[in-house]
Amino acid sequence: MLNGNAGATDFGAVFTERRARLPGAGLAWLSELRESGINQFRRQGLPTPRSEAWKYTNLQPLNKVAFAAPQVATRRPIRLDRVPSLLPSGDHARRLVLTEGRFSPELSHIGELPAGVGLEPLAQAIRRDPGGLQSYLGRIAHPVGQPMLALNTALMEDGVVLRVGRGAVLSEPVEVIHLGGLSDRAVAYHPRLLVLLEADSRAVLVEHFVGLGEQAYFANAATEIRVAEGARLDHVKVQDEGAAATHLASCHVWLDRQATFISFSLALGARLSRNEVHVRLEGEGARCRVNGAYLMRGRQHCDNTTLIEHLKPDTSCREVFKGVLDDQSRGVFQGRIMVHRGADKTDGHQLSKTLLLSDRAEIDTKPELEIYADDVKCSHGATAGDIDDEALFYLRARGIPEARARSLLIQAFLDEALDEVGIPALHEALLSRVAAWLGTA
Amino acid sequence: MLEITNLHAAVDGKEILKGIDLSIRPGEVHAIMGPNGSGKSTLAYILAGRDGYQVTAGEIRYQGRDLLELAPEERAAEGLFLAFQYPVEIPGVPNTTFLKEAVNAGRKHRGEDPLDAMQFLKLIRQKTQELGMSDEMLKRAVNVGFSGGEKKRNEILQMAILEPKLAVLDETDSGLDIDALKTVADGVNALRAPHRSMLVITHYQRLLNYIVPDKVHVLTQGRIACSGGPELAEKLEAKGYADFATAAA
Repeated sequence: MLNGNAGATDFGAVFTERRARLPGAGLAWLSELRESGINQFRRQGLPTPRSEAWKYTNLQPLNKVAFAAPQVATRRPIRLDRVPSLLPSGDHARRLVLTEGRFSPELSHIGELPAGVGLEPLAQAIRRDPGGLQSYLGRIAHPVGQPMLALNTALMEDGVVLRVGRGAVLSEPVEVIHLGGLSDRAVAYHPRLLVLLEADSRAVLVEHFVGLGEQAYFANAATEIRVAEGARLDHVKVQDEGAAATHLASCHVWLDRQATFISFSLALGARLSRNEVHVRLEGEGARCRVNGAYLMRGRQHCDNTTLIEHLKPDTSCREVFKGVLDDQSRGVFQGRIMVHRGADKTDGHQLSKTLLLSDRAEIDTKPELEIYADDVKCSHGATAGDIDDEALFYLRARGIPEARARSLLIQAFLDEALDEVGIPALHEALLSRVAAWLGTA
Repeated sequence: MLEITNLHAAVDGKEILKGIDLSIRPGEVHAIMGPNGSGKSTLAYILAGRDGYQVTAGEIRYQGRDLLELAPEERAAEGLFLAFQYPVEIPGVPNTTFLKEAVNAGRKHRGEDPLDAMQFLKLIRQKTQELGMSDEMLKRAVNVGFSGGEKKRNEILQMAILEPKLAVLDETDSGLDIDALKTVADGVNALRAPHRSMLVITHYQRLLNYIVPDKVHVLTQGRIACSGGPELAEKLEAKGYADFATAAA
């Protein structure tokens, strides 16, 4: 149970108070799903460092703030042309804007969709076609043992549902923009995305979390993804939340035979953030790439936690995470690879590299390999170091000022990860975010 | 151009240079020869401004200014160039990006507009052809996967592009076969000019057959034991450094 701090939010009480008004409150299956979520959460409460999965990331500061549910009435309005987008803005840019977790039709543009493609806000999908969600919602992202996902499952109000039918190709990226920091009080919200790619389909999903204010808030997001046989999803996430924000997001992926999932996460913002990616390689020949970069300064804390489960033969996964930590910032990388019995000829590689720009910055890395199959290729590597003095001197000896030389070396360090983003427009967008962080834009 | 007076320097408290005096006028090419451990590379690094060397006495004036007060990038911007004995590999930074940054840093320092992509490409094409370098070497990361000869050529390419006033060549001949040595020497000789000085540091006389210096200095045990004309290099080649070591002691 939650402790009795005066400021603490009692999410259990929030649920009890709101449940009758949550979307789909009349649906038995959804109510049960929410009930089981809140029960999971109540059992454990906010995770503490005593829990192995949260050893390095302490959520207890959340207990010092009373988070309210966002209210439309107290939210600062935002103009359409002020919505930050990662993609070149054009009439055809497909974007859904969630302001503090709720769909904003006036800021969004879905446009015409190719045959076989469905794209709509979650609350609308629950009203319109709840039956179509029942087999998936909360099934891919199963909240057992995951209290924050469980809390999201109990309290989710809105989000996005993307369905791509058999053989359909959605070539232009869909950008979901999560706007935070629009209220003058501390708010908490729990956006939920459901992405279903049927056999041989393709799509590109961008999740862009942006904080527009200095106020503390708590974004607790979850995304569940199923990629059916032969289909491919590219997923790019940018976390640029407000300086006082807490950002927790987990992405749960189920891959069928020969399915492909390519993901990249760039973290720049928030006071405290955790990006979790769980992939189940459920079909033979399924493959994934789970990559990311994080750039932190001040007292920021950024956690990347991945769990890759190989359940069938000939599945493969590669992970590359690169961190740049300045000042007193702290990074966490927990990468777990599980190769289940029968998942022979699995290929799993994981790499975590960190550049420490300050003596007071810290990285905690915890790789875990659990292998119960034969003929498996699995490896992990982790390095942490500071900027190469010799390289820095070489650049300066050619007249390049020190600050610029450092930026060049940091950029070069990050490129190995950023180059994994194969979509040119998104690659460019990420590079420009990195340049802005470095002050070289 | 360069005036070194009574230079003493130490690394980790150990004195390496024990009173160097050296004067190079515009247009002159000087050679410093010496055995391993005599302090040749220390002198080169101190000129370029590398950390980790403590100048305990003496001074260095470059174009009338106190060189030791300038940061490495300021020295470079003022026209001092060090061709490294061991050019540094920089994974992830393409050679072209690096060269363009370097050229435009110098231009900015001189108050000139930066070269755009086309102007830079034109400049670099011409210089690489002169040095017999491939375009492919420009696309690769700085010095990564380069052979010893390619690294040295890359140093001379940088020198050709940056057009320094004072070039310090630290063992530019080491690790080169005779053909590569000729190419590198041709590149250096092409840059000899009345306003440009050079300090060629080498262990062997061989390089000086191709880059003929105006003056030769023999450095042993942190001191210049002897100075003379190009004929001094030939004498060294025949007799070795042993005589000078005792002379300096």
